Amino acid sequence: MSVAMVHAVRWRARERRREVIFQIVGAAMVLFAMTMLTVLLAKILLDGYARLGISFLTEYASRRPEQAGIKAALVGSFYLMLLTAALAVPIGVGAAIYLEEFARRNWWTRLIEINITNLAGVPSVIYGLLGLQVFVRTLMMERSLLAGACTMALLALPVIITAAREGLRAVPRSLREGSLALGATQWQTVRYAVLPVAMPSILTGIILSMSRVVGETAPLLVVGAFAYIASLPNSVLSPFTVLPVQIYDWIARPQHGFHQNAAAAIIVLLALLLTMNALAIYLRNRLQVRL
Amino acid sequence: MANKASFRSSLSHANTEAVAQGRAVVQIQRSSRVRWRVRLEEKVARFVLFLCASLGVVTTFAIVFILISESLGFFKQVPLKEFLTGTHWAPLFRPQAFGVLPLVTGTLLTTLIAIAVAAPVGLIVAIYLSEYASPRLRRVIKPILEVLAGIPTVVYGYFALLFVTPLLQRFIPGLEGFNALSAGLVMGIMILPTVASLSEDALYAVPNSLRYASLALGATRLQTTFGVVVPTAMSGISAAFLLGISRAVGETMIVAIAAGQQPNFTFNPLRAVETMTTYIVQIAMGDVPHGTLEYSTIFAVGLLLFLITLALNLISNAFRARYKGARL
Repeated sequence: MSVAMVHAVRWRARERRREVIFQIVGAAMVLFAMTMLTVLLAKILLDGYARLGISFLTEYASRRPEQAGIKAALVGSFYLMLLTAALAVPIGVGAAIYLEEFARRNWWTRLIEINITNLAGVPSVIYGLLGLQVFVRTLMMERSLLAGACTMALLALPVIITAAREGLRAVPRSLREGSLALGATQWQTVRYAVLPVAMPSILTGIILSMSRVVGETAPLLVVGAFAYIASLPNSVLSPFTVLPVQIYDWIARPQHGFHQNAAAAIIVLLALLLTMNALAIYLRNRLQVRL
Repeated sequence: MANKASFRSSLSHANTEAVAQGRAVVQIQRSSRVRWRVRLEEKVARFVLFLCASLGVVTTFAIVFILISESLGFFKQVPLKEFLTGTHWAPLFRPQAFGVLPLVTGTLLTTLIAIAVAAPVGLIVAIYLSEYASPRLRRVIKPILEVLAGIPTVVYGYFALLFVTPLLQRFIPGLEGFNALSAGLVMGIMILPTVASLSEDALYAVPNSLRYASLALGATRLQTTFGVVVPTAMSGISAAFLLGISRAVGETMIVAIAAGQQPNFTFNPLRAVETMTTYIVQIAMGDVPHGTLEYSTIFAVGLLLFLITLALNLISNAFRARYKGARL
């Protein structure tokens, strides 16, 4: 065998070895991510399952961990989500419709688009500062459900707008042209031809953005969700608490009993998020109009 | 008789004609009213939708305005130089100190640890998914990444404080109960899906013709990946890394729970640190009275945080625009 051939054979063996090594490394990294998820879920389930029960869902927070429950937090999260959706969904979908269907390509449109991209990257705690100054102080909503919902609505807007735009963009042009050719105005076209078709994917985007709202903690801490609430909110100006804030409060306490409570509340929170995501996927598959 | 009849019929004919004409007039009037209403509706809808879209701009200006106007009071009393170069941060103690550097290094330290985990793991996962994995494996792994991305950060905080820290303390004796290391590691897991899926998008956008050309020249798959595909996707991968860094800088709950709330000026990952975000939450939750110098510190810190993340996001977007614009 010539020297060159020996080299070539060795080169090939080396390259093949490298190929195998990289495949192993890649699989290991994927396995790492999967392991982390499993370990995280296992840890929380093991810590929290013992505390789960009907009384955990129907009791208010308490000084004694074994008597504490998440009633106020669960109901607060639910109300906050509804109120946030009521504020953010019309505005978000409206903004998406404007940008997709009406806007002309000019500097103001470009400014709006750049803005939405950047707002999506602003840390959530900054939205908390905005809410604290605008809603809590200037508009004198105090530390209320409404102030929290307004803050969360601003936070959710970029997500809803982006999702709704994608939904609108997926509607074929022919549908719009057909409607316009029948003499419909642009708004009528959007209202009666485009929106109904785009609705499933917009709805999916809305639910996913609401699952972000339900899991968000930092801005609500800044805007002032209290952890100790022994009554359900009876108006939009009531003080409130939500699940993540309650969880944070319990984690921050030194007693082990409260940590168990936190884990149990996390299980409830994750179950809630899972349900919402499943609902989103179900709606996407169920309502999708075939064109 | 016949005349009379014809007259009558012609009369009735004229009559119906007049009635029809009248109806037409009414119809025209009505349709013009409808048209007018439709046109009004169109204008109103367009205007309302325009207002909706413009709210984003208003939000941005409100954020900038509030952060600047509220920190002005702070910077009147504390010189900018002291704020940016001081190494001692103690606004709530006497004597007060307003050097923001401990908060900046705390943020930097946790972010560096996070990106040290998320960048290599995220990139390798992205390469593996885009260049090696079978479609079936992709269908399994992608949802797992999405689940990781959807877990609330307070849950990661719990995991960092009550699982990772006790675990690491077994191997690292000097590890404090609150420390930058476990907060950073868990934050790395949190941003991993962002880095991985954006990098994968960039790799996926590389046209197959480049891969075929490289393979046809006799390169192996690994050589093709690292010699051709990754360099081509580099601007998209950089965008992914920068966005990951930006998210780590702005992340609040993991560090507030697991990294501590002591503004130590240190680069020792085994010690407790306080990040900018943690400080904002800590003061906003406390009972510092509104309008005081102590209260205005959160807006000064918030302004700094906003500027840092804005810069990172703008560079990231520029990178992404470059790979989206590049036609190969």
